[in-house]
Amino acid sequence: MASLKEIKSKISGVKKTKQITRAMNMVAASKLRGAQGAMDAFRPYAEKFAEVLGNIADKTTDEISPLLIPKDEVNNVHVVMLTSDRGLCGGFNSNLMDKTEEIVEEFQRRGVNVSLTAFGKKGRDWARKEKLTIADQYLDVVGGKFGFNVASSFGQKAIEGFLFGDYDEVHIVYSEFRSMANQIPVVKQLLPIVAIEKPEETETEAEDSSYLPEHICEPSADALLNTMLPKSIYIQIYHALLETSTSEHAARMRAMDNATKACDDMIESLTLTYNKARQQSITMELMDIVGGAEALRG
Amino acid sequence: MAQQTIKLEIVTPEKYVVNQDVRIVMAPGTEGEFGILPNHTPFLSSLETGRVHFRDLQDTEHVVFISGGFSEALPDRVTILAETAEMREKIDIDRAKAAYERARARLESSEEGIDKDRAKAALERATARIKLVETKE
Repeated sequence: MASLKEIKSKISGVKKTKQITRAMNMVAASKLRGAQGAMDAFRPYAEKFAEVLGNIADKTTDEISPLLIPKDEVNNVHVVMLTSDRGLCGGFNSNLMDKTEEIVEEFQRRGVNVSLTAFGKKGRDWARKEKLTIADQYLDVVGGKFGFNVASSFGQKAIEGFLFGDYDEVHIVYSEFRSMANQIPVVKQLLPIVAIEKPEETETEAEDSSYLPEHICEPSADALLNTMLPKSIYIQIYHALLETSTSEHAARMRAMDNATKACDDMIESLTLTYNKARQQSITMELMDIVGGAEALRG
Repeated sequence: MAQQTIKLEIVTPEKYVVNQDVRIVMAPGTEGEFGILPNHTPFLSSLETGRVHFRDLQDTEHVVFISGGFSEALPDRVTILAETAEMREKIDIDRAKAAYERARARLESSEEGIDKDRAKAALERATARIKLVETKE
């Protein structure tokens, strides 16, 4: 059995770890609130945008923008991969990597060239290890504070790549924030734009529909749609970034919560061992004394 | 009696900038500046980078700087979706000037690891802000 001193130092070590994991848990919790706030702030914009876009799309034909037309042959696919910069967040990053690997392999089986843009250090390192082509990388975005401009400047590059024929399809892999306990990796096709979602008509809206406006458009509906489509891509990217950041913090919070609990368990069992060892040494000492006394008497 | 006010919402992906009842809105459309009064016919337009003026219920005029976007006008409300938007009274001129100097210094320095694109964008934003505050009308 380990000596008393060893056990004691082990206990204090675990206690220190616990302090760290608990602090990380609290930091993640406060960052999570920030990320959720950003998501809430973004919602009105996204909803309004989708509504207007849906209205316009109703009035235009599908072939109006090259962004809507699938390429006849798909030879080059670009995958945007969102991961975190830091670890210690449970299975968060490896889930995203598994998902990316899955679709990359699927494309490669079909003989399609795949290139990657990595948001986040973890994903980039993984892609390097897998010897995938990394076209671009963005660090310090996911999980931090970022503005819409990050999404729009990257979106612009993706659209240019698509229009110049560098990529025939662009997909994005990100983590969707379902709940505190559930974040799932999802894949979405960014380009060509699959279909514009028509605004969902709920009961109350349907009643209003007599009033549903025939808008005057300036410039024409087609021209408006053409300026709106790229923005809808930026919105999707921004949304994915927000979701992934929120997921990261939630995943880290949970991982750190588990770690803190594990520390508690360890401290408990170590304390038990420590007490046992102490008891044993006392018993030994007593036996020594008793034995010595017996010997003297004899 | 016809409605005398119209609800103005200016929304960016990051926040609500304006959400209040106003008397008139002027916005920089791509085809020219336009004004919207209550009971406007449904109208959709893309917007240039520039200023949106509006007059609140106390007849005070406000200016909001927006960069690119759309506006949708309905009889009872106007929604402006912009990538960025900032009220003139909320722009901190000292901060804008400091940002301007910083961005210029970064652009001119030849140090490694400086993101020139970002510095350039920052410079443009700062310039736009300073201009907005300094030109009164």
